[in-house]
Amino acid sequence: MTISLTINGKRQELDVEPDMPLLWVLRDELGMTGTKFGCGVSACGACTVHVNGEAMRTCALPVEAVADAEITTIEGLNGGGPDLSALQQAWIEHQVPQCGYCQSGMLMAVSSLLAENSNPSDDQIDAAITNICRCGTYPRIRAAIRSLATA
Amino acid sequence: MKPTRRQLLIGGTVVGGGMLLGYATLGSSRPERAQALAAGDGEHFTTTWLKIDPDNKVTVYVPHSEMGQGVHTSMPMMAAEEMEADWDLVQMVQAPADDVWANGPLGKGYILGQTPIPSALTGIVDASFFKIAEFAVGQITGGSTSVRFTGQYGMRVAGAAAKEMLIRAAADKWNVPESELTARLSHVHHEASGKSATFGELAAAAAEYSPPGNPTLKDRKDFTIIGTSRQRYDIPSKVDGTAQYGVDVQRPDLKIAAIRQAPVFGGSVKSFDGSAALAQRGIATVVSTDDGVAVVADNYWRARQALELVEVEFEDGGNGSVSSETIFATFHDNLENGEAQEDVEIGDAVAAMADGGNVVEARYEVPFLAHTCMEPMNCTVEITGDRADVWVGTQDGLTTRNVIAEVAGLAPENVTVNTLMLGGGFGRRGPSASNHLHQATKIAMQVDGPVKLVWSREEDVQHDYYRPAVAAHMSATLDEAGQPTAWVNRYIRKDEPAEASHIPYAVANQSIRYVESPVHVPYGAWRSVAHTQHSFFNESFVDELANAAGKDPFEFRMSLIEDKPRHKAVLAKVGEEAGWGSPLPAGHARGVALQQSFDTIVAQIVEVSIDETGAPKVHKVTCAVDCGPVVTPDGARAQIESGVIYGLTAALYGEITIEDGAVVQENFPDYEAVRLAQTPEIGVHFLHSDAPFGGLGEPGTPCIAPAVANALFTLTGQRVRTLPLMNHDFKAGPRLASAAD
Repeated sequence: MTISLTINGKRQELDVEPDMPLLWVLRDELGMTGTKFGCGVSACGACTVHVNGEAMRTCALPVEAVADAEITTIEGLNGGGPDLSALQQAWIEHQVPQCGYCQSGMLMAVSSLLAENSNPSDDQIDAAITNICRCGTYPRIRAAIRSLATA
Repeated sequence: MKPTRRQLLIGGTVVGGGMLLGYATLGSSRPERAQALAAGDGEHFTTTWLKIDPDNKVTVYVPHSEMGQGVHTSMPMMAAEEMEADWDLVQMVQAPADDVWANGPLGKGYILGQTPIPSALTGIVDASFFKIAEFAVGQITGGSTSVRFTGQYGMRVAGAAAKEMLIRAAADKWNVPESELTARLSHVHHEASGKSATFGELAAAAAEYSPPGNPTLKDRKDFTIIGTSRQRYDIPSKVDGTAQYGVDVQRPDLKIAAIRQAPVFGGSVKSFDGSAALAQRGIATVVSTDDGVAVVADNYWRARQALELVEVEFEDGGNGSVSSETIFATFHDNLENGEAQEDVEIGDAVAAMADGGNVVEARYEVPFLAHTCMEPMNCTVEITGDRADVWVGTQDGLTTRNVIAEVAGLAPENVTVNTLMLGGGFGRRGPSASNHLHQATKIAMQVDGPVKLVWSREEDVQHDYYRPAVAAHMSATLDEAGQPTAWVNRYIRKDEPAEASHIPYAVANQSIRYVESPVHVPYGAWRSVAHTQHSFFNESFVDELANAAGKDPFEFRMSLIEDKPRHKAVLAKVGEEAGWGSPLPAGHARGVALQQSFDTIVAQIVEVSIDETGAPKVHKVTCAVDCGPVVTPDGARAQIESGVIYGLTAALYGEITIEDGAVVQENFPDYEAVRLAQTPEIGVHFLHSDAPFGGLGEPGTPCIAPAVANALFTLTGQRVRTLPLMNHDFKAGPRLASAAD
């Protein structure tokens, strides 16, 4: 079945099963590997992208559900320009990533949070960012978010 | 004079107008192999650590894998420091997986090969150097060894030798004594005449000299790169999605495989019927790997969906009735009745126990633990005729090459391993944890073109190589003054590192012995290896002794390490930074633990409370760390933070249980991990001592479980002797008596 998707501003037609999760459309149909596979059950957040600006986990999200939506992946987080976003720069400034595998999903989740709430409290950060990082970069994630927060 | 490649020293070689510098290795074939693998036309080299190009760029070949620990940055820093290179002109390359870049080259050549240690190295060889021999055949990134061994004995020495050769080249060029020359920021300067030249300009001439046998290393007080925080090379690609992990490999006509493995360890495929799967869209084939069945498709999800349709019958290999319960029952039986092998015997602990006094006894257990790297296991293999190409994230590219060659029946030199970023290692991607490599190879042997095997998270949780479940029977005697006179420990399984079960405390009579009690659950190295279990046993039990003696647990430890100045300094530091003994909010308490591992001493003090559900909440972790000099302070702090959180996940939630011979847990919902909301405030304080370089990837992990358990005892009066903490109910909350430590 043909499904049309708008990913990072680019509209494309794909012949895929409607129940294929968006993650595997991105990774194995389109070769966009920045979005990661971590658990397959929406528990870890490594596969997080933006759907109409909202952070969503994609490993169990049927592609047909996002056919009419604007999808943004880590590859489009900087808006397609040559420079990194302020969030990505803060990640470098705070030397956040270790193995880095979860960081695409982290960045997508955090950018969605900051778009909604430019100055989240610790409790709001804890509630919104439930992605797993096995390297334990959490203290730096919190510090990087704080450095961007504006009252 | 041309370098003599066989002399096992550092050899310089002219390359494209620049210089290559490295350890020449045993045997005449290696330089030729290295040349064939990596050198361009007219280039020659030995095992290369450093390359200086005419344009003054320095390239450092790092024989270790990057898994977030920052080794791709710390290794070049150690070379650049001794070389006096301008950091902005330094770059790194991951050394290929070939034995010319084995990172235990010295140990293998000198120890296993019965070759005498050359005079050039005698000045830097010490006991720990010989440990390299254990890793000699591999290219391992593990055991917190990179800085301690490769950095200290490889990178620094190569950098210092390069500097001396460059200075000599300048001295000859300008006809001035070497003593009047200085190297600084990738230039050699002659102050008197004002002459200066770049390393790149001098490199070709420098390469003509025999490398110095025993180059002078810098005094620590003169370090300008070591001890500074440099931005990691690997981070920019990890914030924009471009970093390439093993699972991200793309090849023309790549197929993707999903696997279902025999649930019981040691089990195998008896029969399978893949016809229903084959009828699905995109499915290429269904094959057996002997220990599992794999569906090969054009898309992972299609393979995974079709796998559900494969009818398969597994054999259980005779282990189908084993459970955690039977395993622990056997442990305790063997500890009571089995023959205990000697680990430590000091004085006569048995006699001292018989003399009476205040006897304290306790039994401890820890469960199996999985690693759950964020990137599920995967490996891409393409077999073409008599050769194979492999793409994988591994902690040991060289062993990976040999494993795949053996499975495929190919000559190792016909196997090329491309080591990609690791989405977590923690020991899971080490040299002996290779089931996914075997499977990917077997699948590739049955498929045309490249095939990428990707495990589901469920397979990852259920087919890991696990931190072993073990148990210990501890006992000790206190004299009238409350000081321990005997320490007796009978534990299951001698594990690595050998010293993990030892205590730093001055107890005159010690009997530490172990009993082997084999299990069918695969064994694996798990961050800090045996230190996780022994630190929990020993540091909890010493707390029990303090309590039995009616003494403050911090002061009790202090009184037992009078003759251990490094331990004492670390413990004193953590006490000062955490404010041990200072008032706490109501319902909070502190706990302490101390552990030396991988040549680094760590003490941690935690602050805990009990939340409304009866679960422990860790608010704050203060760490004091003596790892000798700190190569990169920010990266070092990150490693300790990481070790604490990895250990906290295990302490709070970590438990793999066995039923009917197989793992019960499946995925993160039943094998949880600490997330942001559970992350404590972590303070890290380095001692910056005169001790040798210590490891940092693992030493942050061992203390956290006992420190939290000790704090919970102070808070609630409940002594935790089994992990994880989630199995304990603290609903009773803080005891009425003062919970202050």
